[in-house]
Amino acid sequence: MLYWLQRNLPKIVISPSFAVIIWFVYGFVLWTFYVSFTKSKMLPRYEFWGIDQHFRLWSNPRWFNAVENLLIFTILFVLVCLLIGIILSILLDQKIRTEGFLRTIYLYPMALSFIVTGTAWKWILNPTMGLEKLLNDWGFTEFTFDWLVNRDMSIYTIVIAAVWQSSGFVMALFLAGLRSIDDEIVKAAKIDGASLYSIYLTIILPMMRPVFMSSIVILLHISIKSYDLVVALTAGGPGISSDMPAVFMTQMAFHRSEIGLASASAVMMFLTVLAIIVPYLYSELRRQDANS
Amino acid sequence: MQTLDFQKMENIERSSARKRIFYRWLLFIILGIFALYYLAPLYVMIITSLKTMEEIRQGNLMTLPREIIFDSWITAWSGRGGIDAGNVFLRPFFWNSLKMVVPAVAISTFFGALNGYALTKWRFKGDNIIFLLFLFGCFIPYQAILLPMSRTLGFLGISNSISGLVLVHTVYGLSFTTLFFRNYYISIPDEMIKAARIDGAGFFKIFFKVLIPISAPIAVVTVIWQFTNIWNDFLFGSSFSFGEAAPIQVALNNMVLTSTSVKEYNVDMAAAFIAGIPTLLVYILAGKYFIRGLTAGSVKG
Repeated sequence: MLYWLQRNLPKIVISPSFAVIIWFVYGFVLWTFYVSFTKSKMLPRYEFWGIDQHFRLWSNPRWFNAVENLLIFTILFVLVCLLIGIILSILLDQKIRTEGFLRTIYLYPMALSFIVTGTAWKWILNPTMGLEKLLNDWGFTEFTFDWLVNRDMSIYTIVIAAVWQSSGFVMALFLAGLRSIDDEIVKAAKIDGASLYSIYLTIILPMMRPVFMSSIVILLHISIKSYDLVVALTAGGPGISSDMPAVFMTQMAFHRSEIGLASASAVMMFLTVLAIIVPYLYSELRRQDANS
Repeated sequence: MQTLDFQKMENIERSSARKRIFYRWLLFIILGIFALYYLAPLYVMIITSLKTMEEIRQGNLMTLPREIIFDSWITAWSGRGGIDAGNVFLRPFFWNSLKMVVPAVAISTFFGALNGYALTKWRFKGDNIIFLLFLFGCFIPYQAILLPMSRTLGFLGISNSISGLVLVHTVYGLSFTTLFFRNYYISIPDEMIKAARIDGAGFFKIFFKVLIPISAPIAVVTVIWQFTNIWNDFLFGSSFSFGEAAPIQVALNNMVLTSTSVKEYNVDMAAAFIAGIPTLLVYILAGKYFIRGLTAGSVKG
């Protein structure tokens, strides 16, 4: 008995956490999947209803609008973050003395919550008293900036704040990647007469494929889940012009008593993340196996 | 001829040196502009919070306050007293967040360490699959568990309470803490454990006497990661609590949204800054570990 206990102690120790994960992650996801196939409104109902909720979701113009916004946001967010992150990491990699200090400045927004970031940027982008007034005072009297209250532009304000918050992170990832590259390669290329510019473009950046991969996956992951920033900055408005799937989901779940529809939208978000994460984890784990 | 060549070479050298200095300056100017870009919002937040509304209306984002007034900080922190009853202020919610963060971080970190230990030093059949199942928990969009979670909290009788939020954050932090400790312990040589086992030490003795004493670096990373995430959380806070049990981020958002008579941007900025202080402090004091957590939590596995 004692021997059995001793032998199985590791399994016994891990089982409470494991049970918690199985129940609260996998069980809950399955629940959400199932409820998306029911007629649930304010309260969950468990009779199977078929895929009508999913039809309702995809014929809902508000959901379409949210998905469209997510696409615009994701493309811009990922591209601009990568661009800024890569430029900063390369510049910081030029052996400068103040590197640590500058890095601290570039990365501190990551320590703030999206609500704090959103609150600050909401004030900065304030259509009359914010950036507009600043530039007017500085002599650009024609300058107007009303993106926060402009239906066509509100989604871009979220991009601005999100890039400010997350681009330093991409910088940190790329800087770590650059540091792991052998100096000899750069030296050899320099002796061959290659310019620094072409060394980075043709030799170093292609070597950073894994860093590109993980940065993109993380940025995609952040953007699909983006909720707090939208709530704090625009609350999805004006109207629904800056709505996003995560906002749509909580609206349907907690304010519109549309549990079935909310679950259907959550399922869509889940599947999107799955489609990104599973191939990534698979290739990461294979790479690790190959290395060890 | 000889002298002329020297002259020429010297010229080339001097111009390339000049070029190098030019590029050096250009580098610093670009890096400096980016630094200003990242710092500007913080600067605007702070100076706005120190101005009166009168001054805010007259000046612009960048104008410095004529005199430094902490009134908005006091209003943001402890309200205006009895003047208008409906106003939200941060003090009680700050404590809510603290009461939520401390147990959630402690419990999830402890179990993460235990799991990481069991998964790496006592390999058993299926341990890799168990780890993968944990790992996937880091990535799920929480929208997919929001509804069943809110029903579960209701069922347990802890919806809209700090204990409910502690439970939620502990549960969904487990994946991350297990991942951190697992990846740390896997690099600890097995010989250490074997030697302790020969000496007759059992599972828990090895954990507490051998591994815990060398776990400080990863424990700091994990605690900072969990603290930052839980302190900054809004989704769980806003979905599972309201009114008095809300954490600080929810209170901040409510404060900014509730527009009693006039919008007070100075109070909003002071409140946002107060809500950001704990995580900013952690970042400034332990930036190295913060970054390590970010990269470890992202370049997963």
